[in-house]
Amino acid sequence: MPRLDRNGDTSVSIEFEGVAISAFEGDSVAAALLSNGYRNFRDTPVNGASRGAFCMMGVCFDCLVEINGIGNIQACMTEVRAGMHIRRQRGARDIHAQDGSL
Amino acid sequence: MKHPDAIVVGGGLVGAAIAYGLQRTGLSTLMLDEGDVALRASRGNFGLIWVQSKGINFPPYASWTWDSASLWPTLDAELRDLTGDVLDLHQPGGIEFCLSDDEIKKCRGDIRRLHAHAPQVAAEMLDHKALSKMLPGLGPDVVGGRYCRGDGHVNPLSLLRALHKGLLTKGGEIKSGSPVRSIRHQGGVFTVATNTEQHQSARLVLAAGLGTRDLAEMIGLDIPVRPIRGQNLVTEKLQPFLPFPCATIRQTGEGSVQIGASEEDVGFNDATTPRILNKMAARAVTIFPHLKQARIVRVWGALRIMSPDGYPIYAQSQRFPGAFAAVCHSGVTLAAVHTLKLAKAIAEGALPDAVSAMNPERFANAQT
Ligand SMILES: Cc1cc2nc3c(=O)[nH]c(=O)nc-3n(C[C@H](O)[C@H](O)[C@H](O)COP(=O)(O)OP(=O)(O)OC[C@H]3O[C@@H](n4cnc5c(N)ncnc54)[C@H](O)[C@@H]3O)c2cc1C
Ligand code: FES
Repeated sequence: MPRLDRNGDTSVSIEFEGVAISAFEGDSVAAALLSNGYRNFRDTPVNGASRGAFCMMGVCFDCLVEINGIGNIQACMTEVRAGMHIRRQRGARDIHAQDGSL
Repeated sequence: MKHPDAIVVGGGLVGAAIAYGLQRTGLSTLMLDEGDVALRASRGNFGLIWVQSKGINFPPYASWTWDSASLWPTLDAELRDLTGDVLDLHQPGGIEFCLSDDEIKKCRGDIRRLHAHAPQVAAEMLDHKALSKMLPGLGPDVVGGRYCRGDGHVNPLSLLRALHKGLLTKGGEIKSGSPVRSIRHQGGVFTVATNTEQHQSARLVLAAGLGTRDLAEMIGLDIPVRPIRGQNLVTEKLQPFLPFPCATIRQTGEGSVQIGASEEDVGFNDATTPRILNKMAARAVTIFPHLKQARIVRVWGALRIMSPDGYPIYAQSQRFPGAFAAVCHSGVTLAAVHTLKLAKAIAEGALPDAVSAMNPERFANAQT
């Protein structure tokens, strides 16, 4: 999905599932993933179905990802920062294995 | 139109368990319920099948509760076969945590009194070390807890749905959006009127939760229930870490952690308050410190259906044979006996002996 360029936007590098991708600072993480061609953000905890961003406005919770080690973060409500490590949210969040910060 | 063999007023856990129970004995049953906007403990409760604290000073309630917990696997299997619904029933035993020596003392005393008449409950006190072995991640400030192998939990919304579905599958009828406004009795037949319809039957069961009080008055029964609010919090879905249901914390089959439930005497008000929610969350974090990182995704309040002594009330009208009433504050726990025993006895015409001490006359006697 192409993104309209606006003058002065800063392009930064972030990581999704270990792959470096480029994104614009201030975009939502969901927009960044979608414009890089990723539609599959998570597997549901109950039956493992794949889901991705749907409402893009914070209400559906279908866009959950893990960012810098913290699970269940709404990608559509989180702004891109340079160097973010993003992973797919696989099933329920694990709050024992957590040491990162946003 | 042919009259149903029985009418049940109230489609919560108590009404639905009885209606399904009547239908499964072969009585054609009509269940009348209110609409979406109604007070419904059955849609806001904590989902425990809980034995260890029930009937400590009232043996008939302790054994009625024990019976129900023992019959739960039967009800679960029957509803699953009939409806295909999975209720997430687990009965691994349950724990009530003690955060002070006073709480330990109280739990210990309760066990002693309960075992005097209900030794089968076999509750035991566990110290911090023993609990830590069962529950990795337990907070250092948990002094100990009371464990009872008879306790369990279930998804209460799935249960409600399965009872409704079971009733329909067996050929019963449900009318929601049908608040009952009046009840008349003539020639052995009850006429129950909603705003728009009338229904008749020779058998009538009032199981309308907090609405039972007004309805029961119409047939000369005094069912003195009042609301006691409970607030609840639910977290995002988390990896399983809590293999036992606990008195105020349980992890559901899908991974959410439910934190409950306050007990507040605030009338017909099911709102939530930050002060109480904070207190509940803080206690949960003391018990499991890592819960501090969990996000709360929903909070709500719901109203318990409380009798003056806290025990259930089962009534049959002397003046109008065929009319019954049933209310209780542990409708999840008691769903199995309500379906498999109470409804069967009502179908046969009289309340079972097991509940005779839980009559409403006990309150009149208490006043004189
Ligand atoms: C916070 C909280 C936590 C709880 N935790 C537990 C627990 O862990 N374990 C447990 O066993 N129990 C628990 N309970 C108690 C349990 O939820 C109730 O005992 C049970 O839901 C009561 O079911 P009911 O059918 O009597 O009442 P309700 O669920 O209130 O249903 C009554 C129904 O009757 C209908 N009605 C009322 N008036 C009329 C009328 N005039 N005409 C037609 N319909 C009418 C209402 O619309 C409603 O649907 C808890 C309750 C609360 C509030
Ligand atoms: S896309 Fe709906 S909450 Fe993020």
